[in-house]
Parts: sequence; structure tokens; C-alpha cells
Amino acid sequence: MTSPEQTVTEKRAESATAQGVIGSLWGKVRSGEASLLPILFGLAVLVAYFQVRNSVFLSAGNLTNLFVQATIFILLAMAETWLLLLGEIDLSVGYVAALGATTAVILLDAQFHWPWYLALLAAIAVTTAIGLLQGLIIIKLRLPSFIVTLAGLLGWEGVLIFFVDRQGTGGTIPVQEKVLYDLVNGNLSPLATWIFTAASLAIFCWSILRKDQSRRASGLEAVPFVVTLMKVAALVIAGIVLVLIFNTNRGTFTVLRGMPYAIPVDFVMLTVGGFILTRTKAGRYIYAIGGNPEAARRAGVNVDRYRLLAFTLTGVTAGVAGLIYASRLGGISDGVDGGNLVLLAVASAVIGGTSLFGGRGKIIHAVIGGMVIASIYNGMALINMSAATQFIATALVLLVAVAMDSVARRSTASR
Amino acid sequence: MTTTSGSTGRAVPENATHAVGPEVASPPPLLQLRGIAKHFGAVEALKHVDLDVPAGQVTALIGDNGAGKSTLIKAVAGIYPPSSGEIFWEGQRVTLHSPRAAEELGIATVYQDLALCDNLDIVQNMYLGHEATKHGTLDEITMELETRRVLTELSVFTVRSVRQLVGSLSGGQRQAIAVARAVMHESKLVIMDEPTAALGVTQTAQVLELITRLASRGIAVLVISHNLNDVFTVADRIAVMYLGTLVECGPIANYDTTRAVELITTGAGARVEG
Repeated sequence: MTSPEQTVTEKRAESATAQGVIGSLWGKVRSGEASLLPILFGLAVLVAYFQVRNSVFLSAGNLTNLFVQATIFILLAMAETWLLLLGEIDLSVGYVAALGATTAVILLDAQFHWPWYLALLAAIAVTTAIGLLQGLIIIKLRLPSFIVTLAGLLGWEGVLIFFVDRQGTGGTIPVQEKVLYDLVNGNLSPLATWIFTAASLAIFCWSILRKDQSRRASGLEAVPFVVTLMKVAALVIAGIVLVLIFNTNRGTFTVLRGMPYAIPVDFVMLTVGGFILTRTKAGRYIYAIGGNPEAARRAGVNVDRYRLLAFTLTGVTAGVAGLIYASRLGGISDGVDGGNLVLLAVASAVIGGTSLFGGRGKIIHAVIGGMVIASIYNGMALINMSAATQFIATALVLLVAVAMDSVARRSTASR
Repeated sequence: MTTTSGSTGRAVPENATHAVGPEVASPPPLLQLRGIAKHFGAVEALKHVDLDVPAGQVTALIGDNGAGKSTLIKAVAGIYPPSSGEIFWEGQRVTLHSPRAAEELGIATVYQDLALCDNLDIVQNMYLGHEATKHGTLDEITMELETRRVLTELSVFTVRSVRQLVGSLSGGQRQAIAVARAVMHESKLVIMDEPTAALGVTQTAQVLELITRLASRGIAVLVISHNLNDVFTVADRIAVMYLGTLVECGPIANYDTTRAVELITTGAGARVEG
């Protein structure tokens, strides 16, 4: 057996070369630890393909549109992520989101005329309560989430139709209030776009550099500083490119510039979700329960409490998603296809790299997966492919993603 | 009271003479079980078991399938509170009605299935349920440093990095992590259920070495094993169970493999109840 000092120095030496870092990446990709890389590559291939077929794809106007289109998939996939991490699923999330949006739209109309912030809060409160209720039923009665939320899928659609039709506006309630309408259709000013992006970048880069620095200060292995700097540089460049895209005039008759409000909404949800999952006990326990609930229980984790928390967080996120949905469609109708929405939400999360089997996944996966789905829909429409082709293409991407998930799972389990 | 007279002194006089000799006026053993019985309905899984587990020694609990070994350690771990009998911890009478209560006393149990989360890394597993926090958020640096310290102390060097996922470790490494986790939280007694059952030769040797190291650090180790080779390699004391009774208990020097097998299979030398 080697002495501790010797072994530790060897490890340091190994991790200190950039080559070693790249070499270990492939292993991580295979075991699903670095699941972002393959899907980012896949996204790049998709983008390249659509760009070659139609040069409008990478225009500022279309890219902005793409980001906005992706938002609904991203947010619903985030909602689903909380449960996928536990090895659970929520099939009702599409209708729950729509029901939240209906609440807001009704409270904002002439009859109630609530101030916008109260109406939006009420919408999120409704979806949170639904998440909590479904969670309680699943946990207390020990029922499978698949079945309970399947009941939700049917039941909440019924409730949605009831409330929408009761308004007597012909099956659709339009959004007439400015703030809710602007959520998707309004933009930050170009200057505000710069400020927001700079502030977000500052926070992210500061947190990356600080983590790196404190690991070094404590004498722990850390990736080479060059790699950290490259990461930071990549983030900054990505941020600047985004701002340039958003700040390009994309209007045809009037000047239309700036970042749509939906993007900061995504960003806030991503940051908060990521923080909960990586920096708090609650997040740690959600992963632990998803990996091995019995181990978590024996370690003293109150498994039911954290499962309930995850169902509640799904409700909160669905509420935000619903508001974005209503804003984008300019209203809520009794014909919302919540079934299709939930399937695309799960597909987005899984395509992004979150496991269906629990215990593995990140909030950022929802963003990447949502972008992939939106790119397929957006790009296929641009190159005039039929709806039939769009569905089939989405299905193929989903199949590939699930297969990769399964391979990753087996390669971890077999060792 | 002497450490070894508890269950065997009266029944097997020749053991008693060996055992009492060198040990004079020592403090009470870390854990003493007196008259422990456990019923599951009409089934008597444990019948009046007396057992002492002294600190700094490895006590091997051996016996055939169904002899009551697992039920006994589950009683100590707080999973199956005994139907009757008394448990003394450092000389004080205690009741162990939950795993949490046992853990708070300093009793850590490493089960056969190890109860590790494959999707978490070594540090995360070591601290699961006991996370260190700073300003309400996880303090990864402290946890990682402490994990490295504990693994170094226990000479568990075969792991590449403490940030490796536990799912990628070998059976022996997983066992080592489970044991290290048990020791980390100031445990005084570590109970292990078949720690070498699923391991290869090299890994078994590593785990046995680890067990010896625990004992040399003053920790009491109670280990269940079917493998008599392992038992004779690592144990200081041996306790043989047969059909829910503890038939004999004494220093390993008083036994050889033949005698142990005889006791396990026939329970020969079982004392008369009462």
C-alpha cells in the first residue's frame, strides 16, 4: 500500500495537467457525470443543419424568438426536474400551469381587477397548493405519482375548462393586463439588457472563481486555473453574444430591440433552482432520495418531508411556466393541450441529461433540453417541414437521449 | 465483574479460568446485554442472550443461518427493540428504541447492503444526514477536508479522489467508505454485518485490516461473519449463537476452527436456561 503523501501528490500531478482533465472527460461523459457535453454538441449540430437549410435561423430576430419559444419548455422541464430527480413524475404539470395562468387572467379582468402582482402571486399560490396536495396524496397514501398525476392530468383539465367557460368569453380569456402581456412580449431596454447580463455574469463568474480559490486555499485538488479561466471566459463571451443578439434591431416596421422579459425569468428560476440543488441540504437530500431512498432514511433524512418539498417546488415552477404560457399565447383557452405540454417537458428534461430513473440531473439540463426542443420546432417550421416530420424528429431526439441516459446508468451500476 | 464471565463463565468452566486470569478489576465493558429476548409473534428469535462487547476489541458473532445473529445486532442498533432483557452502555442501563437513539449513544451499524447512494460522491455519502453548513449553505470544503482526514487515518488510500461517485467504487472500497462513515461520527461501537461477504481476496484483506485498525483505536467492533477464516484472522473474542441462544463466548485463543464449526452446527455446550 502506498503512503498517503505519495498518493495525494500523484493525484495532484494527474489533475494538474490540462491533458488529464480532457482525458477524464470522456469517462465522465460515458458515466453520465458530464452529460452537458454530448447534448451541447447535438444542439450545435441541429443549429448548423437548420442554418445551412435556411439562413434566417441564426438571424437575431429568429434567435430571440427561439429563446422565447424555449422558455415554456424550459420552465415546465424545470418543474419536472424536481420530481425526476426523485424518480417520480408529474403528468399533470401542463394543466396545473394552465390552471395557474387561468387564475391570474381571471383575477386581472374587468370583473375582479386585482393588481398585477397579487394576481400573479395568486396564480403561483394555486399551482403550489396543487403540487402540495398531489404530493400529500402520493406520500400519505403511498400511491405511485404516475397514477395520481394522471388523475391530475384529467381532473385539472376539467377544472380548467369549467373556469374558462364560466367566463362566457367563448372558450378563451384574453390577457388584457400589460404586465402579464409584457412578460413575453415586452423587452428590456438595450441598456438594461447590458446591465442585467453584466450583473448575472458577475455573480456567476464570482461564484466560480471563489469556489476555485477557496479549494486552493484549503489545499484541496482543484482544476487547473487555466481551465477555470477558460470557463469564465466562455461564459462572458456567451453573455456578450446573447446581448448582441437581443440588442440587434429585429423590428420590421418599428425598432424592436432588447432582451425579452422571459429571459430574466428563466435565469432567475435557473439560479434559484441550481442554488437549492447544489448548495442546500434540501437539494442534497433530493439527490440522495433519488439515488437510494433507504440509504437516505437510514442516514436520518426525513424522506417524506423532502419528497413533499419537491412536489411543492414543482407546483411553484409550474405556476411561473403557466404565466409565461398565457403571456405568449395572449390568453388562456379551454383547448390548452396540457398532455402534449407535459410530454415535451419531460422530453426536454431528459434530452438535457436528467435521468428518468432518479438521482441524476441538473436544473441547467432543463434549459439545454428546452432549447433543443424549441430549435427542432422552430427550425423545422423555417424549412417548411410538416408537423408530422416535427413530431417524428422530436421522438428520435428523445429516444437517443433516453438511450444515452440508460447507457450512463448501466455503466455506473456495472462497476 | 469481569469482562468475559457474562454468558459463558457458568456454563463452560474451562473458559472461565482462562478468561478471568489476566483481566483484573477492569471497567465494565462498553456494551453489556443481559437476558435479551425477542419474540416475533409466537416465534422466539432470541432466548435470554447475555453478551459483553468490550472496547478496543473485535468480537465476532458467528452462527448458522437463523441462529439469531441479525436479530441480535438489530436489537443493539435500535431497529428491533428487545421484548425483554437489559442493555447496559458504559455501565448505564439504556433503552434503544430507535436507530437514532443508538446512533446518539455512539453505536454505528454497517449493514450488508451498505446503504450508500451510488449517485453521490464519497464526501456526500460520508456526510449524508450530517452535512456541515456555513451561513445555511453546505460547507463543501470542511466536509471534503474532514473526509480526507478520516480516510487517511483509516489508511483508505485506494480511492482516486474523494469526489468520485460511490457508484464507481469497488466492493471493498464501498465497504471501507461505509465503515469510515460509521466511524466518523464519534462512534464507540461499530457493528458490521458480513463485511467481507461480497468481496474478493485482496479486498477482504483490506477490510479485515481496517477492522483491526478500528479496534486498535479503542473502538469496539461487533462483526457478524460466516467466514471462519476471517473470524480467526481478525477477532479477539468469539460469540457463538445457536437457535436463538448464545452458546459460548470467550477469547479467540480458546477456540479453533473445528470447535467453532461444532458449536455452530450442533450448539454443543449450550447451557441450561435459568
